[in-house]
Amino acid sequence: MIELQDAAYGYGADPLLSDMSLRLAPGSFHFLTGPSGAGKTTLLKLCYAELLPTAGSVRLFEQEAKEMARDDVARARQRIGVVHQDCQFLDHLPVAENIALPLTVSDRKTGDEAANLEELIAWVGLRARADALPPELSGGERQRAALARAVIMDPDVILADEPTGNVDWEMSLRLLTLLIELNKMGKTVLIATHDLALIRAAKAEVAARVLRIGGGRLQLAGADL
Amino acid sequence: MEAQTWAVLTVLEQTPGVDSARALTEDEQRALLEPWFGPELPVDDLPIPRLVEVVETTEGYDAEGLRQRLAAEAPGAVLDDHTRWRRPLVEAATRLRLMGWVAIGLILASTAALITLAAGSALAANQQIIRVLRLVGAQDNYIARAFVRRFTLRALTGAAIGTGAGMIAVALLPRASTEGAFLTGLGFAGLHWLWPLAVPILAGVIAFWATRIAAFRALRDLR
Repeated sequence: MIELQDAAYGYGADPLLSDMSLRLAPGSFHFLTGPSGAGKTTLLKLCYAELLPTAGSVRLFEQEAKEMARDDVARARQRIGVVHQDCQFLDHLPVAENIALPLTVSDRKTGDEAANLEELIAWVGLRARADALPPELSGGERQRAALARAVIMDPDVILADEPTGNVDWEMSLRLLTLLIELNKMGKTVLIATHDLALIRAAKAEVAARVLRIGGGRLQLAGADL
Repeated sequence: MEAQTWAVLTVLEQTPGVDSARALTEDEQRALLEPWFGPELPVDDLPIPRLVEVVETTEGYDAEGLRQRLAAEAPGAVLDDHTRWRRPLVEAATRLRLMGWVAIGLILASTAALITLAAGSALAANQQIIRVLRLVGAQDNYIARAFVRRFTLRALTGAAIGTGAGMIAVALLPRASTEGAFLTGLGFAGLHWLWPLAVPILAGVIAFWATRIAAFRALRDLR
């Protein structure tokens, strides 16, 4: 689905990321960990083609990212749900409309989809907050709304960038449970986090592969996780 | 005078470049002089020359040659060739018309430039929104459509209001009068009133393309 082969990103002789090789197989569950500033967000951006590699290859759904036309990138993004670290909401639209945004922009906001939207809002526990504006939400509510938006298009892959960064432990576990549920429904999940406790909690529930990013390189994490 | 008029008409009939020629009736001559001498003008008692109207063909006639023939065959007849004083007016009118077209071209070009600038500013101001739309899978066409629709409707509405006001102003211009005051009788006649209706459509078309080009150019910089 998403495959990086010796991908690098950065400028000059000292790139931020180099020799990144990663394959997100269908139905797999990955954690991407590493210290702040190690390049986790950059790696995720490569995975949904917001950035293009300066060397190596990134393939999205069998297409080379560098060669994809802009509309192909848009179509690929409809198959990749992304939970951004800062959520990326349109603050002037209510939560429900923000969650429905991927449907709206792909002209798929039909009656059936509207029913699914209701269900989805209930699933993330935001029924009472559906008409609120994003700035009125708490950190946990924002992250749940972002997760709902990420899955509204029934994507094949879900990429989450520090989805538990601004929430308490209880909310972190709730979000993790939602992501595990999605994986059990067949979705490929990649979570970038520096929260090792969250990774340990997940490993009890799901067969997750943990990758560590450091020094600009990607490696499989050891048994300490 | 009748014989001389007949001689003039005969000469004119034989002159190449003359489409038609006719002597004006007394009533017509009286009507021509009425604005200056009043309705009670005794045409018969005044030494008024007989007027002969000459309509030339597209090619026109040789004025100098005709003048010489008239001098020979109808002494006293004077050829008053209006083209002498009409030519500069016609040239001025032609230039005015050309300037009108240039002005229309400049107005259209500046409309396109203004709309492009306005659309560019709107796109720059909404950069973050556009980025979010791209991130959730919006195609360029979808994003551009929102801007194109807004600017096209604004241009269409503005041009319609402007055209309406302009048409009212033209309708209120002084009508052509028998006294023939300068710059009267300007405006549209009959079906010509439909011409201004093309302005809002033209403005809409220009706004559509200007915004679309500006939008796609702005989106090109955003992955």
